[in-house]
Amino acid sequence: MSEKEELKKTSAKAASGAKEGKKKTSYISAKDSRRITKFNRKITKKLENDREEAGKDPASYTTKMRDPNNVVEFDNMCTYFFSDVGTVKAVDGISFDVPKCSTVGVVGESGCGKSVTSLSLMQLLQRPAGQTVGGEIRLNMGDGTALNIVNTPVEKMQELRGNYISMIFQEPMTALNPVFRIGRQVNEVIELHNPEMTEEEVKARTMEMLELVGIANKEGVYEMYPHELSGGMRQRICIAIALACRPGLIIADEPTTALDVTIQAQILDLLQNLKDKINSSIMLITHDLGVVAGMADYVVVMYAGRVIEKGTADDIFHHPAHPYTIGLMKSKPVVGKKVDALYNIPGSVPNPVDMPNYCYFRDRCEMHCEHCSGKYPPEIRISDTHVVSCYRFFETGEVLGYPKTVDVEGLLNG
Amino acid sequence: MLKYSIKRLLYSAIILIFVMFIIYTLMYVMPGNYVQQKAMELATKPGATKSADEWLEDLNRQYGMDQGIIKGYFTWLRSAVHLDFGDSWKWNKACTQVFSERIWYSFALNVVTMFFEIIIAIPLGIHAARNQYGFSDYFATVFSMACISMPSFFLITILKLVFAVKLKWFDLTGMVDPRIHDSLSKFGQFLDIAKHYVLPVITITIISIGGLMRYTRTNMLEVLSSDYIRTARAKGVPERKVIYSHAFRNTLIPLITILGGSLVSLFSGAIITEQLFGLTGIGQASYQSMVVGDIPFTMFYLMFISILTLLGNLLADLLYAAADPRVRLA
Repeated sequence: MSEKEELKKTSAKAASGAKEGKKKTSYISAKDSRRITKFNRKITKKLENDREEAGKDPASYTTKMRDPNNVVEFDNMCTYFFSDVGTVKAVDGISFDVPKCSTVGVVGESGCGKSVTSLSLMQLLQRPAGQTVGGEIRLNMGDGTALNIVNTPVEKMQELRGNYISMIFQEPMTALNPVFRIGRQVNEVIELHNPEMTEEEVKARTMEMLELVGIANKEGVYEMYPHELSGGMRQRICIAIALACRPGLIIADEPTTALDVTIQAQILDLLQNLKDKINSSIMLITHDLGVVAGMADYVVVMYAGRVIEKGTADDIFHHPAHPYTIGLMKSKPVVGKKVDALYNIPGSVPNPVDMPNYCYFRDRCEMHCEHCSGKYPPEIRISDTHVVSCYRFFETGEVLGYPKTVDVEGLLNG
Repeated sequence: MLKYSIKRLLYSAIILIFVMFIIYTLMYVMPGNYVQQKAMELATKPGATKSADEWLEDLNRQYGMDQGIIKGYFTWLRSAVHLDFGDSWKWNKACTQVFSERIWYSFALNVVTMFFEIIIAIPLGIHAARNQYGFSDYFATVFSMACISMPSFFLITILKLVFAVKLKWFDLTGMVDPRIHDSLSKFGQFLDIAKHYVLPVITITIISIGGLMRYTRTNMLEVLSSDYIRTARAKGVPERKVIYSHAFRNTLIPLITILGGSLVSLFSGAIITEQLFGLTGIGQASYQSMVVGDIPFTMFYLMFISILTLLGNLLADLLYAAADPRVRLA
C-alpha cells in the first residue's frame, strides 16, 4: 500500500537530487585527506575495542541457526574498508545461505566483493583497515549451536579455521610456504586441530590425504619442497590441506584461475568427489560461469558488493531474472552458436567509495523503469528458490526486505 | 657444494692478487711517504753528514723502494705467498706479531657488538613490521634513522661528555685503568678491561642496529603480505606461530646472507672507534700505520680485510643455499 506510494515519491526526489549531488571523487584535498585519516583512526579503534569486548563473553557470539540444515548463513553482512580515499563498502548487506552437502557458486565480476565475503567468513581481512561492521555470519557448529563469526575472538577463530571452515586459494604457486616440506605443511593442520594424535597417526593421515587428492608418488612428495611441484600438484596439496580435518565448509576462491584448462577440469572433479566423500559443502567463488554451471547446486550473483540474485543453478542459468544476470548469460560464448561479437554490458561498476542511493545497476540497465530511481531495490521472492533484487518484479513477487547498510558515522557517535 | 666452493676460492685468489696490486700502487705513489719523511728527519738531525736526497736514495735501497711498482709488488707478493709479510716500519716488529698481539681486542669488541646488534635490531624490526604505521613502527623508524645518520666521532664525543666527563662512570680513553690495573687479580683485570669496553660497544651497536632493523622490517613486511602467510592463518595456525615460524623462517633468508657476510668482519676492527677510545686493537694499529705510510703493515692489514671480504661473500652464498631450499649452487 503506502510503501509503494512512498517509493514513487522518493524516486522522484532522488532523480532530481542525483544531478546536483554528483561530485568529483577522484581528487581529494589535503583537508579531506586529513579528515578521512582521522576518522579512520577513530572508527577502527572503536571497532577493534568493541570486538575485543564482544570476544570476552561467549554469549555475545553464540547464536542459533535460522535453519539447522545450513552450514553457514550470511545475514545482512557488511564489510567495509576504511581506506585513505574514504570508506569502501566492499560488501554491503548481503544475505545468503550455504546448505549442508551442497555447492554454492558465488559469481560476479572482479571487485564485486566475492573474495571479501569469503575472507570475512574466515576473519582473514586485513585488519584494522578491513572490518565487518554489521550483520551476522552464522556458522553451524553441528551441536545445535552456532557461532556468529563477526564477533568471534581470534583465538576461537583459530580453532575453526582449517577445522570447520577451510579455504583453497586462487594462486597455488605462492600459497605454500617455500621453505617447509610438503609433509610438514600438511601435518601442521592435522596436528593443530587433533592434538591427541601421535606423530605416526598424523603422518598416516597426511599420506591418506595425499593419496586422496591423486598424488601418485606420495612418499616422494612428502619430502619435497613446494618449488619442486607443478601448479596443478600444488593446488592438489592445497586441497589436501583444506580437507585434512574434514571441514563442514570448503571455500574455494577461484581455485582454477591460475591453472590450465585440462588441470582445471581435474581439480574441479576432484573437489566435487571429495566433497561428497567427507559430506561437506563448497562455497565456490569464481567468475567463470562455465565452472559454476558444472559444479553448483545453488548460485549467488553479486554486483557491486550486493547480492542481486540467488537461486538454484537451474533458476539462474535457465530463468535469469535480474538484467545483470541476463546480461552475463548473454555474454558467455555458447558452443555451436555463431555470433559476430559477444554481448557486453554497457557502462561500468559505480565507484565503491560513493555508491548511488538508487539501484547500483540502473545506469547500465536496459530495462530500468520509474521505480528504479527510488531507493535500492529489496529482495523479492519470485519462486520458492529464486530471489532477485529488481523492481521489475516489485508488483508480482513477495518483498522480503531491503539490504541493511551500516551508517559508519553513526557507529562512531552511537 | 664442495666443487662450487673450490671454484669460488680460486676466483677469489685471482681477485685478491689484483686488489693487492691496486693497493700497493696507491701506497707506493702516495706523496710524503714513510721513506721521504724518514730521509727529511735524518738529514735535519744535528750532525747529519748526508743531504736529504742522499738519505732518500740510501733509504729507498734499504726499504726496497727503488725497484718500481711492478717489481716491488712482485717482490712483496713472492714473500707474501710464503707467509712472510716483512717487518712493520712503524712498529719495528713482524707484521704478523703486531697482528696477533692486537686482533683479539678487536674481535672481542666486534663479537659483543654483533650480539647486541642482533638481539636488539631483529626483534625491533619484527615488532615494527607487525605494527606497521603504528606508534612503535614510527618510533623504531625514527630511532633507526637517527642511528644510521649519526657519525661515530660525534656520537663518541657525546657519550664521552655525558658518561666520562659529567658522570665520571668511565675513563675517557684507554684499555685499562693504569693506576690500579696491575694490582688487581686476574678476574679483576678482566672486569677492568670490560668496563673500558662499555662505551665502544655502545657506540658501534647504536651505529649498526639501524640498518639491520630496517632490513628486518622491510623483509618481514614483504613476507607478512605473502600468500603463504594467509594460507597459514587459514589453517588456523596461532598468530605467534605464524610470525615466528612461518614468517620468520622466510625473513631469515636475506638476514642470514647479511649476517653471514658480516661474520668475517668480526676480525676487521673498528678504526675510528678504537682510535678515539684508545683501544689497542687491530683497527687502531692500522690507522696509525697508514698515517705514517707504513707499507708492509698496511699491505698486510688490507690484504687481511680483502680476504675477509671475499670469504664473507662466499660464506653468504653458502648460507643462502643452506637457508633457502630453492637455491642450489652449481
